[in-house]
Amino acid sequence: MTETSAHQEDMSWQRETSLLGVWVFLLTEVLFFGGLFTGYAVYRSGYPDIFSEASRHLNVLLGTVNTAVLLTSSLTMAFAVASAQEGKRRPLLIYLFLTIALGLVFLGIKSTEYHHKFVEKLIPGAHFSYSGLSTREVQLFFSFYFVMTGLHALHMIAGIGVLAVLAFLVWRKKLDPSRNALVEGTGLYWHFVDVVWIFLFPLFYLIGLRA
Amino acid sequence: MTAAVEPKDNYLTAGFSLKSWLTTTDHKRIGVLYLLSITFFFLVGGLAAVLFRLELLTPPGDLVSADSYNKLFTLHGIVMVFLFLIPSVPAAFGNFLVPLMIGAKDLAFPKLNLASWYVFVLGGLFALWALLTGGVDTGWTFYTPYSSTYSNTYVSLMAIGIFIAGFSSIFTGLNFIVTIHKMRAPGLTWFRLPLFIWAHYATSLIIVLGTPVLAVAILLVGVERLFGIGIFNPAIGGDPLLFQHLFWFYSHPAVYIMILPSMGVVSEIVACFSRKRIFGYKFVAIASLAIAVYGFLVWGHHMFVSSQSVYAGLIFSFLSFFVAVPSAVKVFNWTATLYKGSIAFDTPMLYAFGFIGLFTIGGLTGLFLATLGLDVHVHDTYFVIAHFHYIMVGGAIMGYLGALHFWWPKMTGRMYTEGWSKFSALIIFIGFNLTFFPQFILGYLGMPRRYHAYSPEFQVYNVLSTAGASILGAGYVIPIIYLLWSLFRGKPAGPNPWGAKGLEWEKTSSPPPVHNFAEIPTVTEEAYNYSGTNEQG
Ligand SMILES: [Cu+2]
Repeated sequence: MTETSAHQEDMSWQRETSLLGVWVFLLTEVLFFGGLFTGYAVYRSGYPDIFSEASRHLNVLLGTVNTAVLLTSSLTMAFAVASAQEGKRRPLLIYLFLTIALGLVFLGIKSTEYHHKFVEKLIPGAHFSYSGLSTREVQLFFSFYFVMTGLHALHMIAGIGVLAVLAFLVWRKKLDPSRNALVEGTGLYWHFVDVVWIFLFPLFYLIGLRA
Repeated sequence: MTAAVEPKDNYLTAGFSLKSWLTTTDHKRIGVLYLLSITFFFLVGGLAAVLFRLELLTPPGDLVSADSYNKLFTLHGIVMVFLFLIPSVPAAFGNFLVPLMIGAKDLAFPKLNLASWYVFVLGGLFALWALLTGGVDTGWTFYTPYSSTYSNTYVSLMAIGIFIAGFSSIFTGLNFIVTIHKMRAPGLTWFRLPLFIWAHYATSLIIVLGTPVLAVAILLVGVERLFGIGIFNPAIGGDPLLFQHLFWFYSHPAVYIMILPSMGVVSEIVACFSRKRIFGYKFVAIASLAIAVYGFLVWGHHMFVSSQSVYAGLIFSFLSFFVAVPSAVKVFNWTATLYKGSIAFDTPMLYAFGFIGLFTIGGLTGLFLATLGLDVHVHDTYFVIAHFHYIMVGGAIMGYLGALHFWWPKMTGRMYTEGWSKFSALIIFIGFNLTFFPQFILGYLGMPRRYHAYSPEFQVYNVLSTAGASILGAGYVIPIIYLLWSLFRGKPAGPNPWGAKGLEWEKTSSPPPVHNFAEIPTVTEEAYNYSGTNEQG
């Protein structure tokens, strides 16, 4: 399957090329989070009970609501991609806006959770304090919690930024989304960030439930 | 296109202002930008080596303090690995040649390519900042808990620099993968690709899969220092060895990021100067991919004495022997290519010969180190230093210099002086061996690495090594002079001074025009079809 250079100008070739670039980028992202998941796996197998105990200090209700919010945002993102492919400008703008709004709701809920942890002195470092027996390993759990959900949140913020730029360009008619793969590529990224959360949610919030 | 005159319109004459260079998206110009920046870092890293080789001339620590010595070898390691060797062949020559070799106008994402250079420079500036404000003393390996808890040098700043520079190699790798998949000229099937392209494809896979793991390891060291989050901190139940696992998961494959592109260079040069198709082309091509895959499964051979379980050690030892197979396939196939070839001893070929011989020594001593029992004896001694310098300097830099001399006429349109270039190739070979061969003996006798003072019985080998280093240093300076001279006085090279096969030689001028080819070429033959017949490989 050799793509000929004569095709290098046409649209489907450009679309495939951009999307292949996005997929390769997502591959690096998988390995990036993979390193952290490996670390988590090592320590959780080392201290399974303490991790479960620490997990009970997270708010399962807020975590579940956030999971629902994020999954819904993936749905609106999928609708945005479909609208872009069909060249429907107004629905595209609405769906982009909804995706951004849901992303912001997720970040809002996440930051209230962070605030609770701050009040409860569960943020690792000099001010960490925990009354149970296994202070050290609980701090380890929260180290992973903050690094992994924090990096996830940074990925959300980057995604929201890209979506906002796309929405602006479509609104000002500077971009014809049916002629390129920008919306589709951003959609792939958004779904990837969503999938990361699908792993984070049970590994941090739900492991305490079974005890 | 046959007469040896320089074309008036080429990528170099397309604009002379600084702005035209700093805003270019032409892959050839970006390759040149990389070439200049990494040469700068090579000189910085080399200067550190000069200083600590002088210190090691005498047994007591008399020239620099122990602290400064630690900072010097750290500076040398970090700059040479992350800011010179990793970008060297791919970012300079890969950038220049990948589109030319596959008959494309540019890389798939030209703007991303320019961004990668800026990101590289930014990362390099952070590293320089860390070095100028006081340096880092952790060694290039950043082992925890020293780097995360105890070192009071500028580790965080350096970590940020390495983290940023990592993105530039990810951008380059991503660009190469997509370009090689989607932009090959009509008729250029996978098994007609030059082996340089196969090598860069394999390298790009390693870059894309490995670099993010280094990024996350470095990031965790950074947040541990800055925010007190303690994933590697034994005081809260963390395991410092986890860092070593993450670090070597990247940094062993990183050896292949450094050596695979040079292997690609050697394939091109050996074919050209023995006027033969590479023997067992498909095996050499697949061997690159095999190295990329197996390279990810052997990192534990750096941790035999780190309390890793014996069973893990056995498996890592076995797999490390296994990864030598595809490397050996390449060496044997290059040698077989020489057999009955019409061999010409031009400068690039001298470097290719240097590569084959020195890489073989480096590879074989790697097997010594992969042997569990022997490694306990020579671990953390100068034997290890000698081994990986045979790979990285004897291998990777020989390949880099081979590439520089082979494609210099294509990049600049000018020829350099034959006599001086052969002389400096010889000087480099002699200087290199004199520098590093005594270190094998030193290591076997038990001299540990990373100390600024040593016991007097080791002095004779250290004097030899320092003497060799000064010869090697001279060997590196001579090419800078005659290559610069050739820019002004060298005679025009013409499109194909070596009579080489390949689209970059046969289908475009030297230097190439902005869009590479007057018209996109169509490929109808195998790579390295020097015999003129269209045999199948
Ligand atoms: Cu290794």
